[in-house]
Amino acid sequence: MNRRVGITGIGVIAPGGCGTAAFWDLLTTGRTATRHISTFDAAPYRSQIAAECDFCPLDFGLAAEDAAHLDRAAQFALAATGEALSCSGLTPRDRGERWGLVLGSAVGATMGLDREYAEVSGRGASWLVDHTRAVGHLYDYFVPSSMAAEVARRVGVRGPVSMVSAGCTSGLDAVAHGTELVREGSADVVLAGATDAPISPITVACFDAIKATSSRNDDPATASRPFDATRDGFVLGEGAAVFVLEELGAARRRGARIHAEVAGFAARCNAFHMTGLRPDGREMAEAITAALDECRLDPDDVDYVNAHGSGTKQNDWHETAALKKALGPRAHEIPMSSIKSMVGHSLGAIGSIELAACALAIEDQVVPPTANLHVPDPECDLDYVPHTARDQDLDVVLSVGSGFGGFQSAMLLAREGVLDR
Amino acid sequence: MSTELATLLRHDTGRDHRPVGAVVTGLGIVSPIGLGVERFWAATLAGRSGIAEITRFDASGYPSRLAGEVDGFRPEEHISSRLLPQTDHMTRMALAATDWALADAGVDPAGRPEYSMSVATAASAGGFEFGQRELEKLWGRGPLHVSAYQSFAWFYAVNTGQISIRHGMRGPSGVVVGDGASGLDVIAQARRLLRRGSGLVVTGSVDSNLCPWGWVAHLAGGGVSTVDDPAAAYRPFDSATSGYVPGEGGAILVLEDRDSAGDRGYGLVAGHGATFDGPDEPPGAGLRRSAELALDDAGIGPDRVDLVLADAAGSLDLDLAEVAVLTALFGEWGVPVTAPKTMTGRLSSGSAPLDVATALLALRDGVVPPTVHVTAPHPAIDLVRDRPRPAPLSTVLVLARGRGGFNSALVVQRLAV
Repeated sequence: MNRRVGITGIGVIAPGGCGTAAFWDLLTTGRTATRHISTFDAAPYRSQIAAECDFCPLDFGLAAEDAAHLDRAAQFALAATGEALSCSGLTPRDRGERWGLVLGSAVGATMGLDREYAEVSGRGASWLVDHTRAVGHLYDYFVPSSMAAEVARRVGVRGPVSMVSAGCTSGLDAVAHGTELVREGSADVVLAGATDAPISPITVACFDAIKATSSRNDDPATASRPFDATRDGFVLGEGAAVFVLEELGAARRRGARIHAEVAGFAARCNAFHMTGLRPDGREMAEAITAALDECRLDPDDVDYVNAHGSGTKQNDWHETAALKKALGPRAHEIPMSSIKSMVGHSLGAIGSIELAACALAIEDQVVPPTANLHVPDPECDLDYVPHTARDQDLDVVLSVGSGFGGFQSAMLLAREGVLDR
Repeated sequence: MSTELATLLRHDTGRDHRPVGAVVTGLGIVSPIGLGVERFWAATLAGRSGIAEITRFDASGYPSRLAGEVDGFRPEEHISSRLLPQTDHMTRMALAATDWALADAGVDPAGRPEYSMSVATAASAGGFEFGQRELEKLWGRGPLHVSAYQSFAWFYAVNTGQISIRHGMRGPSGVVVGDGASGLDVIAQARRLLRRGSGLVVTGSVDSNLCPWGWVAHLAGGGVSTVDDPAAAYRPFDSATSGYVPGEGGAILVLEDRDSAGDRGYGLVAGHGATFDGPDEPPGAGLRRSAELALDDAGIGPDRVDLVLADAAGSLDLDLAEVAVLTALFGEWGVPVTAPKTMTGRLSSGSAPLDVATALLALRDGVVPPTVHVTAPHPAIDLVRDRPRPAPLSTVLVLARGRGGFNSALVVQRLAV
């Protein structure tokens, strides 16, 4: 008997409005949340723009002490988990042993580390940093599985708990791992998602150094331009999304609202370059094909593709090639969009945030658009749903991700009931 | 059995909890007591400790000054001059350990289908020394001085990515992040990848964060021994325990499907369990649940366990909790227990894979490696001290915990059980 997995709770903290409703409203109205960086003085940096969350931890039940000690990424994870749980109507109660948690993150507690490094080093003055100036919770920033522990402890999860990381595919891979834990029987419910809060001096500087981010500082609102010929890099974002993954039979028996079913997933590595992509997209194509095979679907079944669509020259060519290779002529018929045009690229978190968009798209039967797409790139010749959301029958949607380290991931979500046929 | 039938059966069992034959066919070890499997193993059996004063940086101003440093590792012998400036110390050691593990397994990755090979490593803090250098440039000299390599040299996925590139491994790959239990959880993840169809997985972890910035983070966490005598600083299960000593290194394991392993291999990864401590559970309850899950997964009871490699945290509370687990599962003096990590220190995410390697070598040679430096062990456990103890071994249980409440247990067995 195969155990299947339904999404019965969704929580999202994203730029442009915290909470799932605000997030979906932003996407379906095609507004953008990219702006000048406000959390530190970005004047000395090449890229001075980002998509920031207007996040007040106290609004999400966090205490002032939590806000002071927990890294911003941990706060996002807690807030998103809270929303996902209340959306699902579930709590572990005395079943915590059968609950698991998988949290993905690409860069962990970067903001906390950056801030505390400046403190203990006297702003870079000393290699032998001063332990007497270190805060007690520095260790939690140092090893970011502390974030998964924090969420698990507060919720009462007592089964398998882990943090996974695979660069910018972390958010897809975390949900894949959570799904596996339910399928194999290690847990009946898994909280799975990802968080990242990377808008810190060191992260902005390291993407500056490889010119991966947009320097359109004079026009931040339109700076993230996936698939547009004038694109000049991604715009850094932040946020989290967490799902309640539940064994489908149990979810149905309790009459839960099932936002979508996790149908299949697969991952590949390009073994090519830590930051570069091979133009033909063969490994991403291979991941897509393997994900389809896993749930016995084929390209004709796919109704929407949520693109990685980071807005770097290289990525958008790579991804367009990968989809053509995996889906054949069908690639030209399927609407495909990048929400990074609106909420930026939150590294490890974005894979989960994009899955949230996929689940909401299935529920509402609406495809979110790609904002800022005005000038077509001849090499990006698919239907990217420019500017305006589109009503569409959606049974099966595909989300893809691509990450530093060469990681390529693909996941399929299906509308409840579709896979029973 | 025909290959076709075997494939069908594998698909049938792909989604339940029955173990697929996951065989460890190769080991690569980088440790404070020796580079390479045999040097490590000889030092372990001899009870030779690698804990000493820190030489990597001037630690005289810190309250703790001892660590388990890897000696004699010359990165230029293993890493190309092009790759050296792109990699942290721990990545270089992990790449060397991977080369050794593949050679030990007799595997030439070039001769294998590219998508059938996966990489799953554990990480605790990424390339932290590399990160300290770049943070120093950023804050001291400005953002234009930050290296183009910072974007990937420090992050948690770096070792998996670099191993994948070096050997052309294009199968599903990933990283489990954490400081202790992650090193066992990642081996369980590697076993899942085999179940999903990978033929070979490079797994385990080689870790290091022995730079001032990493040191200060360890100190902030509490629990690092402030004793200056290398023979007395890390004494788990001793009534005079004084904390732990951080170290660096670890082990890379090659895990293969039993079909492709054939007769090769050190042993089988037979069971795994992972849990998280509940707020109302008594100390050790979560660790005990993980051990029970691992035994259950392996299809055996505690009576079949011949040896336990303990987590051996070195803090009084955590040690007592582990003793409670051991006595509850096996009875007082019910099973030999050892902690060879008393020779290396605790290697963040590298310790648990090194313990698994140690367990496999113990199975191979029928000998229990000793715990060192413990003079007054807890009376309820049979802690094997100072000298190796010959014993017929078929099944070893390895325990690991991570800060914050993570517990993990792994069962390894001889191939011919």
